[in-house]
Amino acid sequence: MLEFINFYLLPGLVLGCIYTLGAIGVSLLFGIMRFAHFAHGDMMTLGAYLALAVVAVTGWPTITAIPLAMLGTAAAAIFIDRFAYRPFRASPTIIIVIASFGVALMVRSVIQIGWGLEIESYATGIQRPLIFFDSLRLSKNHIQILVSTVLLVTAMHYFLSRTKTGKAMRAMSDDPDLARITGIDTERVVTWTWIIGAGLAAAAGVFVGMDTQLNTFMGWNLLLPVFAAAILGGIGRPYGAIAGGMVIGLAEELSTYPWITDAPLLSPGYKTGVAFGIMIILLIWRPSGLFRGRVF
Amino acid sequence: MTLLEATGMTGGYGEMDILDSVHMSVDKGEIVSIIGPNGAGKSTAMKAIFGIVHLRQGRVIFDGDDITNAATQTQVQRGMAYVPQERNIFPNLSVHENLEMGAFSRNDDITASLDHVYELFPPLREKMRQPAGELSGGQRQMVAIGRALMVTPKLLMLDEPTAGLSPKFMAEIFDRIIAVNSTGIGILMVEQNARQALEISHRGYVLATGRNRFTDAGANLLANEEVTKSFLGG
Amino acid sequence: MEQTLFGIMMYFVAMFTIGGIYAIIVLGLNMHWGVSGLFNAGIAGFFAIGAYTTAILTTPTSPKHLGGFDLPVWLGMLGSMVTAGIVAYGVGRICLRLRADYLAIATIGIAEIFRLVLKNETWMTNGTRGITNVPRPFEDFATPWSQIAFLGVVILVVAATYFIVERALDAPWGRVMRAIRENDTAAEAAGKNVVRFRLQAFVFGAMFMGLGGAMTAHAFKFIGPEATEPLLTTFLVWVMLIIGGSGNNRGAILGAIVVWAIWSMTQLVTGFLPPDWAVRASLLRVFLVGLLLQVMLQNFSGGLIPEKSPKIGDRQKQTPAP
Ligand SMILES: Nc1ncnc2c1ncn2[C@@H]1O[C@H](COP(=O)(O)OP(=O)(O)OP(=O)(O)O)[C@@H](O)[C@H]1O
Ligand SMILES: [Mg+2]
Repeated sequence: MLEFINFYLLPGLVLGCIYTLGAIGVSLLFGIMRFAHFAHGDMMTLGAYLALAVVAVTGWPTITAIPLAMLGTAAAAIFIDRFAYRPFRASPTIIIVIASFGVALMVRSVIQIGWGLEIESYATGIQRPLIFFDSLRLSKNHIQILVSTVLLVTAMHYFLSRTKTGKAMRAMSDDPDLARITGIDTERVVTWTWIIGAGLAAAAGVFVGMDTQLNTFMGWNLLLPVFAAAILGGIGRPYGAIAGGMVIGLAEELSTYPWITDAPLLSPGYKTGVAFGIMIILLIWRPSGLFRGRVF
Repeated sequence: MTLLEATGMTGGYGEMDILDSVHMSVDKGEIVSIIGPNGAGKSTAMKAIFGIVHLRQGRVIFDGDDITNAATQTQVQRGMAYVPQERNIFPNLSVHENLEMGAFSRNDDITASLDHVYELFPPLREKMRQPAGELSGGQRQMVAIGRALMVTPKLLMLDEPTAGLSPKFMAEIFDRIIAVNSTGIGILMVEQNARQALEISHRGYVLATGRNRFTDAGANLLANEEVTKSFLGG
Repeated sequence: MEQTLFGIMMYFVAMFTIGGIYAIIVLGLNMHWGVSGLFNAGIAGFFAIGAYTTAILTTPTSPKHLGGFDLPVWLGMLGSMVTAGIVAYGVGRICLRLRADYLAIATIGIAEIFRLVLKNETWMTNGTRGITNVPRPFEDFATPWSQIAFLGVVILVVAATYFIVERALDAPWGRVMRAIRENDTAAEAAGKNVVRFRLQAFVFGAMFMGLGGAMTAHAFKFIGPEATEPLLTTFLVWVMLIIGGSGNNRGAILGAIVVWAIWSMTQLVTGFLPPDWAVRASLLRVFLVGLLLQVMLQNFSGGLIPEKSPKIGDRQKQTPAP
């Protein structure tokens, strides 16, 4: 039982946090700009590497580098939006999707030029986990990730439900044409959507680096599970993305638990396939997601 | 005093013009109705005035400014509010949030305007925390008009505010429109319930196939045999 | 002097061979996107299926992977097209009713699942080590002639592919496809079975992607999971189509050759740089191709040879919804 909690459930929750933060951004961006942002994974990578730079320069603990990484990534996202996405606001959304495909590669190659192709990590040396109740092992990193995610999601909730810009974001997600007619400054809303989406993506990227290591393909590898989480939660619905992220994260980790026999239920080599599998089943069975997002 | 003066409006959605030199005007404190058969271009005319349908020719003057084909946001800031025929509320936002969104372009205190809207439409106060999408058709229409009033407009443009409503609700909405107008706000509305609309209107325009057909005082149009026969169903 | 000239000639032979193979795949993508408006972002998946199918069918028997069955190359290529077509049918049945960006996500997901299978099912594919000894037609010829003869094969296949897709597009089938792309509701109302037509186009295009994969396996005499990496296959093919002219088959071929020439010549340049710089320069190359795509999309959305009529640029300019 404890083995289950220590090696399957907790890692599943941590992965769920990472997917959640990515999926919220994908979902918000889809709701407001009506396109699937294929460069979102590479935004995560960018955040992770920005934090790496901050840690390298200042020597701060990784967790304190997150706000700066979020700011930097948000600034990059706004810059990219101006030059790569804004020219296509009146085009069919699929053109922006293609553009974001290219942006993903451009961001990745900039990161690779800047930091090289080697695997990096924030901290060297072994981190001893904290032991609770004799045998519940919780690493400091995992605690930090779980707590930070709760804080970030709470902040997002506050923003969306209490602030004028947050409400305008929800309004625009509901009906962009009516938002314009109402006199909502849609470009300002778009800017804020990037700030939040890219900021949360950056945090997720840093968490991945804290949990494992950094490499320049980490974001691409995260992109599909994040899309899967966003679709599961009903795309365009940031709150659904939380549930979607948790379900996908847990499903991936729990799929290798020896549920029936002594062997893992699914060979660990296919672990990353779980998210795609869920996503494809979902697309066939219920494309609007569990919480009725917008699809057609 | 002329509030709105649109002349020679010609334009449409693509290659083809829907509007053919349409003229329309609203004076300060006036209620003006646009009536006409389905597909006449009533909604299009309204959208053209608001600047979301491109005009190839013609001019729109609002409160002394030329606003032909101006950006939507500046229209709102100038004091024009527009309630579209369909999809005129944010269904996932609460009633209160819908009203707050109406005031997005304002930076002053909006509590007085909120109170005013809630007084005008008491049912909305009861439902203020409920998602607007869960309201009845009549209540949604109230949310939509309330949202537009939050702009503190000089001109309120309503596209079929009573469409699909029961006679009781229809009477209530018309009653509220008169109340709004009595505070000095000019009203331009498209209506299918043409008789009732003309009864409360100072003036009316009859539009058919994208052209002005009749223009007269509301009562005169109701008395005009040709209008009643062709456009008011006898 | 002789030597350099010979080297340069061999370089161009290799460049046109790979460029030609890309042209086949881009023609397939043009069938999906240019003609039918289907956003397939899982090109790598169909490519991989084609490459592995022919590798398994045509290699001599080996304990390291399934088969080989030692079949002639042309049968291998045919098998690749058939397998890719069958898989595309299955994928299309699932995904084609989704809106465009969902289709992109779903096809990427499916391509990634294929990649996982290729890596993990060692008994079938020899895992990450890949399949060696894939035969290449005319490989027994002396050095320049072997390569030149294979280039001949590639050119023939490109010509045949071009001929087939052009015929299909001139036929009533092609006109219906274009009508569906422009306005599927209207086509549906006119009594066309939109889903069936789309499925046909999807299978049709995927077969050429499989064929391109097969040709690649034969060209390199080897196929491994790295070759199916999304960057080189999916992305480069998309850039080729957009730059060449989406909707136009000659544009598709031109785009493939031009982009591949730029891509491989910049590789040549980076080859002369010191190793540390070479890596950076090759990364910069990816960046520049991304930038090229942006510039094309923003300024010349029709591509080098735009679609005849209606032009793609016009199709993209919809009236903003009121
Ligand atoms: N978004 C649009 N794109 C293209 N054509 C449109 C659009 N909206 C309306 N039309 C066309 O413009 C013409 C006028 O439409 P409009 O909506 O202005 O009519 P209306 O008088 O408001 O009719 P109704 O009483 O049915 O609301 C119609 O022929 C319609 O088909
Ligand atoms: Mg109308």
